[in-house]
Amino acid sequence: MSDAVVQHKVEQRGPREARPSWLKRALDSDLFYSFRRSRITMIAAAVTLLFFLVAIFASWLAVQNPFDPAQLQLMNSRIAPLWTADGQSPFLLGTDEQGRDVFSAILYGLRISLVVGILGVLFSGALGILLGLTAGYFGGAVDGLIMRVADVQLSFPAILIALLINGIAKSALGNKLDEMSMLGVLVLAIGLSFWVQYARTVRGSVMVEKNKDYVAAAQLIGLPAPVIMLRHVLPNTMGPILVIATINLALAIITEATLSFLGSGMPETMPSLGTLIRIGNNYLFAGEWWIVAFPGFALAALILSINLLGDWLRDALNPKLR
Amino acid sequence: MTEPVLSVRNLQVEFASRRGTLRAIDGVSFDIAKGEVLGVVGESGAGKSVTGLSVIGLIDPPGRIAGGEIHLAGLRIDNLPPEEMRRVRGKRIGMIFQDPLTSLNPLYRIGDQIVETIRTHLDLSEQAARRRAIDLLAEVGIPAPEKRIDGYPHEFSGGMRQRVVIALAICAEPELIIADEPTTALDVSVQAQIISLIKRLGRDHGTAVMLVTHDMGVIAETSDRVAVMYAGRIAEIGPVQDVVKNPLHPYAKGLMGAIPTLAGDDKRLVQIPGSMPRLSAIPRGCSFNPRCAFAFDRCRVERPEPLPRGAQSVACHLYDSVPAESAA
Amino acid sequence: MLAFTLRRAIQAIGVMIAVGIIAFSMFRFAGDPVNQMVSLDTSGAERAAIRQSLGLDDPVIVQFGRYVGNAAQFKFGISYQFRLPVTDLLMERMPATLELAICATIFAMVCGILMGVYSALRRDTWLAHAFQAISLIGISLPTFLIGILLIYLFSVTLGWLPSFGRGEVVHIGWWTTGLLTLSGLKALIMPSITLGLFQMTLIMRLVRAEMLEVMRTDYIRFARARGLTTRAIHFGHALRNTLVPVITVAGLQFGSVIAFAIITETVFQWPGMGLLFVQAVQNVDIPIMAAYLMMVSLIFVTINLVVDILYTIVDPRLRSTVSRAH
Repeated sequence: MSDAVVQHKVEQRGPREARPSWLKRALDSDLFYSFRRSRITMIAAAVTLLFFLVAIFASWLAVQNPFDPAQLQLMNSRIAPLWTADGQSPFLLGTDEQGRDVFSAILYGLRISLVVGILGVLFSGALGILLGLTAGYFGGAVDGLIMRVADVQLSFPAILIALLINGIAKSALGNKLDEMSMLGVLVLAIGLSFWVQYARTVRGSVMVEKNKDYVAAAQLIGLPAPVIMLRHVLPNTMGPILVIATINLALAIITEATLSFLGSGMPETMPSLGTLIRIGNNYLFAGEWWIVAFPGFALAALILSINLLGDWLRDALNPKLR
Repeated sequence: MTEPVLSVRNLQVEFASRRGTLRAIDGVSFDIAKGEVLGVVGESGAGKSVTGLSVIGLIDPPGRIAGGEIHLAGLRIDNLPPEEMRRVRGKRIGMIFQDPLTSLNPLYRIGDQIVETIRTHLDLSEQAARRRAIDLLAEVGIPAPEKRIDGYPHEFSGGMRQRVVIALAICAEPELIIADEPTTALDVSVQAQIISLIKRLGRDHGTAVMLVTHDMGVIAETSDRVAVMYAGRIAEIGPVQDVVKNPLHPYAKGLMGAIPTLAGDDKRLVQIPGSMPRLSAIPRGCSFNPRCAFAFDRCRVERPEPLPRGAQSVACHLYDSVPAESAA
Repeated sequence: MLAFTLRRAIQAIGVMIAVGIIAFSMFRFAGDPVNQMVSLDTSGAERAAIRQSLGLDDPVIVQFGRYVGNAAQFKFGISYQFRLPVTDLLMERMPATLELAICATIFAMVCGILMGVYSALRRDTWLAHAFQAISLIGISLPTFLIGILLIYLFSVTLGWLPSFGRGEVVHIGWWTTGLLTLSGLKALIMPSITLGLFQMTLIMRLVRAEMLEVMRTDYIRFARARGLTTRAIHFGHALRNTLVPVITVAGLQFGSVIAFAIITETVFQWPGMGLLFVQAVQNVDIPIMAAYLMMVSLIFVTINLVVDILYTIVDPRLRSTVSRAH
């Protein structure tokens, strides 16, 4: 179901007619039309954009740098949100055990979650496209090997693979990793867990293009076939890849959050949203719900928005499925 | 004259779409008598299938019957409540669809599907229904029916499957069979067998048959009368020999000219220029006027109504002896 | 049919060998197992002795052969953390995980199919829209958040259900079950829902999509033309044809359910294999990680095999093409 090949819709346009500006064309497109028609998609896009902006400008918006232990004061620990009776300024959403401002922690955590998610998607996308091109172009044993690995991997949940890669990396690099290398390990784990769909899509498209006459023609006049094919294959698969990437961004963020929640992700000294939820979970029974509730809400809203965008994109690029 | 089995009067079918309401059928009227085969012919999109589906009450939203009446042996059926209409389907009207390969549920034995249909409509025990199913299979020409009854659809060839579909359509002795392109999906060699089977069944059981097809050859061979449809209307209707030998409507003329004959090699096949308009762009006046070689001013403004002409009936201004004042 | 099953079985063995190589490489190359087992002040001679006793000086291929040979007898070595045989640790925890996974799957199947059928047949009712919204949330909310939410609601706020553990369990041979005591059943509710929710939304979406697809097919149109009752068309024809792919997916998903139990077990401190695995990853307890991987793969592969065979039983077309092909 999820790896259904999404057909790309090519916009028809008369040859050499006066080309309107880029913006005008974008606003005229079917894509934009379907976007304008779906209010929920517009809200989702706005929320996603808001999350990105907030993450980018986290250091201006936050009241403290939650990654800097010097800025945390224990006397400020476990303060309830501002609007409750025990609230204290400037801690809008309260503080945690270490006196960390929950609002600031969410902003910085969001930044980590998004960075890991985006890097993970880029990595898995690059890997998948490369392997898909290789498999499709060479065919035969290379194709067989890559696709067999893909099949086997697809039958295992990504979270299990990510956990294993995480564990292996830890044991190879030593149990205690600094924050930045942990971030790298997470990107690696996510990238290696999600490449299959890209590879399948690209491979399918290469297989179709390979037998077309223009490839033979290009070879006949001495043009390198792979280059020519790339220029046809990539535009054809751009739509599906964009859809997969959007949905995988949500999955990557979930995976990162889950790993961090399980204690195999970002450490408490540089928490992502998942780490914050793990920390907060310990104080749930003490009645300090805000430490877990707000990061949890932020995470859920982020993923829901991205998923809605992905759903819309899939439907808009593939009218047949509606 | 006895009451016709099927009587359709001024039928109108509309489809609601994003760009407004499209009228797929616009004022179609015809009768089919007991034991008679009416061929309905026309290009794809002319409204043949939609006419058949409205008679059996299977027009799905966004389509709906917007006007007119359909009577089955005197009973008005176009406005029956869904549950009563369901009882009419299969029991009093049988239907045969185009593609026998996809008409049968692949997961059930054909016997189960026949028995299920029989027991829905007739008060028979499981065993009696099964015996009847075997008889039906024998009647439609399935060899060794008592064995084949336990086969799955994929174990039958296309022609055999269409025979099973026909058995399903006649299993409750309906008064009317609607066959919607029953041979289109089949091999040419099988087509003739299926056509003669339908014809024989109609004759043996006195069933009225509405045979929808785009194949004039099939109609000439099978039908008693023929209705030529164009853009949601009946252009001409009449006894099949008359319409074939002496078509009146310019479109029917073109259509008959398009049948190759063994003897008539003296004439070239006639081709009608242009193509049928889309439902969203049906021209004013006679819908055929842009393609018609005989069109005159009146054809472009006033829609022709059916005119009796001997045994035939034709909707064309050429045959209106008293030309009305120009509307313009 | 037999040849088909045999071919699938050979494929399954191939996958298991591949997983075995991965598990072995983890075991052998990811860090020095000796370092994991000894303290800092262990002398070189003692380390060498341990190396010798573990057979780490033998050629790699011999070690691999030994590893696979042992794995085939369910011997996975000694856990670094617990100093106990990994097999014992896993077997002790397996009933908890399997009970949880089965309950979650039943929950997911029953609710998913009901909701899917309803939202396909009554497409524009408010309830169908509500189901669609739930499915979107079910896919968007990470499992652990759902668990936390349920705990906050039913344990912290209402105090109805326990927030962790299995409750009282009954021993039946080596198997332990929580299904026979009230506290065990109560403890199962929230983890099952948490674990099953994602599968439920998946099944619901699949059932809805398949059902809508089937309702558009010619044989449903023909069934209507035959005058069958709506009930017979919906439940006799459409649902049965829908369930073929649904069974496959649900069956294949059972493996994922076991793997996803890792998260649920952590949230609810459920004493299953998943929790053991998470602790193993945190403490780099490679023998447990490798053994867990092998066990889960075995379950996966077995399920795949069973589903394939089941599929041929449900779908007569496949049954005969398969037997005809040989």
